[in-house]
Amino acid sequence: MKTLLKPIIFSLTLLMLSCGDSEKQEQHSATAEIPVSREMIAELTSPPNVPTPVGRRKAKKLIVNMEILEEEGELTDGVKYVYWTFGGSVPGSFIRTRVGDEVEFTLSNHPDNKLPHNIDLHAVTGPGGGAESSFVAPGHEKTFSFKTLNPGLYVYHCATAPVGMHIANGMYGLILVEPEGGLPQVDKEYYIMQGDFYTKGKNGERGLQPFDMQKAVDENADYVVFNGSVGALTGDNAITAKVGETVRLYVGNGGPNLVSSFHVIGEIFDKVHVEGGDLINENVQTTLIPAGGAAIVEFKVDVPGTFILVDHSIFRAFNKGALGMLKVEGEEQKKIYSGEIREGIYLPEGPGIQNMPTTNEIVESEIPAKSFEEQMEFGKQIYMQNCFACHQSEGQGIPNAFPPLAKSDYLNADVDRAIGVVVNGLSGEITVNGNKYNSVMTKQMISSDDVANVLTYVYNSWGNSKKVVTKKMVDDVKKK
Amino acid sequence: MKTKVFSLFIMCLVVQSLMFGQTKDMVLIEGSRYIPLYGRDSTVVEVKDFNMDIYPVSTEEYKQFLKENPKWRKSKVVSLFADKSYLTNWKTDLEPKDSIHLNSPVNYVSWFAAKAYCECQNKRLPTIDEWEYVAMADETTKDARVKPSYNAQILAWYEAPRTKENRIGETPKNAWGVYDLHGLVWEWTLDFNSVLITGESRKDVDKDSNLFCGSAAVNATDLMNYAAFMRYAIRGSLKAKYSMKNLGFRCVQDIKKENK
Repeated sequence: MKTLLKPIIFSLTLLMLSCGDSEKQEQHSATAEIPVSREMIAELTSPPNVPTPVGRRKAKKLIVNMEILEEEGELTDGVKYVYWTFGGSVPGSFIRTRVGDEVEFTLSNHPDNKLPHNIDLHAVTGPGGGAESSFVAPGHEKTFSFKTLNPGLYVYHCATAPVGMHIANGMYGLILVEPEGGLPQVDKEYYIMQGDFYTKGKNGERGLQPFDMQKAVDENADYVVFNGSVGALTGDNAITAKVGETVRLYVGNGGPNLVSSFHVIGEIFDKVHVEGGDLINENVQTTLIPAGGAAIVEFKVDVPGTFILVDHSIFRAFNKGALGMLKVEGEEQKKIYSGEIREGIYLPEGPGIQNMPTTNEIVESEIPAKSFEEQMEFGKQIYMQNCFACHQSEGQGIPNAFPPLAKSDYLNADVDRAIGVVVNGLSGEITVNGNKYNSVMTKQMISSDDVANVLTYVYNSWGNSKKVVTKKMVDDVKKK
Repeated sequence: MKTKVFSLFIMCLVVQSLMFGQTKDMVLIEGSRYIPLYGRDSTVVEVKDFNMDIYPVSTEEYKQFLKENPKWRKSKVVSLFADKSYLTNWKTDLEPKDSIHLNSPVNYVSWFAAKAYCECQNKRLPTIDEWEYVAMADETTKDARVKPSYNAQILAWYEAPRTKENRIGETPKNAWGVYDLHGLVWEWTLDFNSVLITGESRKDVDKDSNLFCGSAAVNATDLMNYAAFMRYAIRGSLKAKYSMKNLGFRCVQDIKKENK
């Protein structure tokens, strides 16, 4: 065939453009010839869900209809952001194909949108990954088609200028190309994608936050999150499994800038499809996911509990939002995990009272709360930003690691002591509701107003003593 | 200085309006040389003196145009000149939907229609260079591109949903006395597609078309003016028969020498 040389030249060109599509020529000639039978409309899912596995189905003509929506969403409590999305979610809809499928892709740009967009799918073999053929103005749609030649998990993203901005606003997602016969069956599958966000205001600053180009250029992210917002995978949104099940996570990283050190606290990945490709590594603690790359991780959950998903560049997890949860239910497996040995808590600072090194000065709150209702509202926001990771959404804490705030005898016994803990930090053994805890809480670098609000919120939630804490009470404790 | 410019333009306005009936609601833009984000060669471009509409064309004005020019009504328009969404927000040939305010900018018009409208008024569409030249101004300065606030304001619009529902003339007028260049709708330009782009922003690097991200790193004159990148991107995505919700237009007029 005359095309013998072409793919080589072509892959060289691709390499030079650093698009990252590594080509296997032999595979090409094989997979390119897989015949397709019938048409099928692709099932698209929003995160954290994934479509039905391909199983043993034959290669088909797969119709994918994707709509681009520019819409306002919530980055974290009280912080709004205008997301640009594929299919209305960040990351965009999950596309599931098998090798040999002929994908007929229609990209529609909603008439309300202000900007033109396009899509570059890393699973496409062709110039620009489809970007050139899919460049579409608002109120229009474009169709192009491609054949999936290489199995693997691939990122797709918008590639319209300014590219970095389109990606930073949420325009990325994953497309899976399963091998013939499909991936081995597992019990649970989920879709997780990390992204970094750059806002004009600092992390946590309330209101609608515009994109900040300078911070993006400097790679100084205000938020690093899974699935588009801080709480997307925590609390009620946590992903779930049962003891004994095998969980497979399709993990991508949209960037635009940061590389992810993906880790599940308290689990070891039995299998990792390194970089989403054929290479399988086993028994992995943390896997590196490049910006514009992906990985498939699998593990069997042996014990019940909450497992925390993090970017192990750990400040991103606890201070910028890159934190998710996998809740596993089922029988305790004392042999595997006794429950008495402490879970793998990550205490990067070591023992002793710690300061958060983010800033030396505590910025006074610009908008002091005017009423009890506002105190509760602002307090909840502060709680979700500063306390939630350890003390959890309902103040239940984490057994043996972080003491509960709900119906807490330690908390309710002494308000000034509670204020002091928030203002000055706490370490060493304490007893809360009859259980001993020996852990570290850092000094919280938040204003007196914020301390008053968050404590008022805590005292008036989860069966506590309904005390109201004022700024003056906090200032008095500070003066001691 | 300010008063000098002001009186000059008042004078011109008076002189002009004596000369042509149509120059009502237009201002004189004094030509000059400037370096746009993208010129055809990323070099200085020259803009001659011209008059520009101070407002984008309103729904009401367009309705008048349709009364006088039946061939541009949506039932009559040649499909080569306007796609299916042409005036899609009009319930009949001459009546916009009730939700559309007559003092909103007309939208869902194709380039052909916009061009015809201007020609009927003895005007024309502005070129990209002319449009960008006037759009460099903020409320006080004619070239405000260096001010961080200039970019921030424009971007705030790009991020605000549904501004096309706003009325004409609500944004502050710029130093030339022109309203709504930013903050309402995108606007057609005469040579909107003269900057050759393929839609694949990174591929444009190795062409001389010098637009978009990759080439931006090499050629663009102002890397942080990404608001302008977005305008060039939207223009690049258009075809002359397209009509869009967020896209309107305004007209300009050459200063005719024989009338001096």
